Amino acid sequence: MSDRQNHKPETGAFFQRDRDWHAPAFTPGYKTSVLRSPQKALLSLDNTISEITGPVFGHSMLGELDNDLIHNFAKPGESAIGERIIVHGRVLDERGRPVRGALLEFWQANAGGRYRHKKETYLAAIDPNFGGCGRTIADDEGYYFFRTIKPGAYPWPNGVNDWRPAHIHFSIFGHGFAQRLITQMYFEGDPMIWKCPIVNTIPDRRAIEQLIAPLDWSNTIPMDARAYKFDIVLRGRRSTFFENRPEGN
Amino acid sequence: MVQELGYLKETASQTAGPYVHIGLTPNFCGIAGVYKSDLGTSMVNDKTLGQRVTVRGRVIDGAGMPLKDALVEIWQADAGGLYNSPAEMRGTADPNFTGWGRCPTSAEDGVFTFETVKPGRVPFKDGRLMAPHITFWIVARGINIGLHTRMYFPDEAAANAEDPLLARIEHRHRAETLVAAGTAPSYTFDIHLQGEKETVFLDI
Repeated sequence: MSDRQNHKPETGAFFQRDRDWHAPAFTPGYKTSVLRSPQKALLSLDNTISEITGPVFGHSMLGELDNDLIHNFAKPGESAIGERIIVHGRVLDERGRPVRGALLEFWQANAGGRYRHKKETYLAAIDPNFGGCGRTIADDEGYYFFRTIKPGAYPWPNGVNDWRPAHIHFSIFGHGFAQRLITQMYFEGDPMIWKCPIVNTIPDRRAIEQLIAPLDWSNTIPMDARAYKFDIVLRGRRSTFFENRPEGN
Repeated sequence: MVQELGYLKETASQTAGPYVHIGLTPNFCGIAGVYKSDLGTSMVNDKTLGQRVTVRGRVIDGAGMPLKDALVEIWQADAGGLYNSPAEMRGTADPNFTGWGRCPTSAEDGVFTFETVKPGRVPFKDGRLMAPHITFWIVARGINIGLHTRMYFPDEAAANAEDPLLARIEHRHRAETLVAAGTAPSYTFDIHLQGEKETVFLDI
């Protein structure tokens, strides 16, 4: 699984997660959370080796089009319909260090806001050339990129008239299982971001702003695709100033 | 004024939503041809060392209904108690065991299943051995941030009795929520998100 033997691994425990920055489990404005949120306090635990370690994925598992959602489900010579964009950025930890080798997986609706999923009933059309999933592995600088079409907004049964802002789901593996994270990326300037009950589960406005990717004009490719920049921060590791040894050793 | 610490803030979590399968198990939901196979479906091969075990279970909501749209990942040591990770400094894990698995709960009955091996014991921070355990991570529609927990084995009573994490659970009857049911080689681990039988979840 690993092709990262060239780098000395870090083995410190992770910074404690700031649970006032993240959404709480019980957020009644997002109705499904009501019966799916634990009511008892979490049991806090300084990391053991079970949390400090985690799976690492090698480039050898990636296919050529894994990071190209415009083409990875399309018939030969065809492509998905919609606004062509590039999403790129860096995966860093809280200390600002690149998380080299991070696995990123993403999924999204098509240009009309329709997901390719059997449970989906929205009347907007399926795009026969768009699957909606991709993945990539961050390089040694923590840098990643993929190409896709901009997803459409999407109605959902929460309130009578709730709509999700355009968004791309991200799943990220860092180096330790304690860094495991799933989140959603939004697009600069979308007025629906601030009306969304799922966005608003996050109590701190700055934490929401961290999920909004700015239009990156400098990296936009003329006559081809606009670019959005989305940096992701995973938990940092404590420095191992002193090793923890049992008494007598 | 003092110097700024200069740390970044962790990207905030958001729910995986009902269509998490599109991204993480596309073949499972009928999106064929993008990836050869879904990641994490196979943890062992015919050379893997150790006792083969099957772990299955459900994720159950506050009304007693199993979730049919959840996604479960597990992470565990190999049979010798080593993790297949670059951060494992004590030795080299079994190369025929990934240590990591991913399984969606079934759309019909909400059951997840992992074919794996029974993990060996690994040390707590102070060097005492923890009982054999599997780390679980659960995401789904309605879950804003992934839930961490651990599964312990019902046939490891002596090891469980001296496990440092289980010992930290103040309300003793709640420690039982982390111990699977069944007998080797087949275990059942139901995860209760809420209510009377609520599973102990961890802030790790």
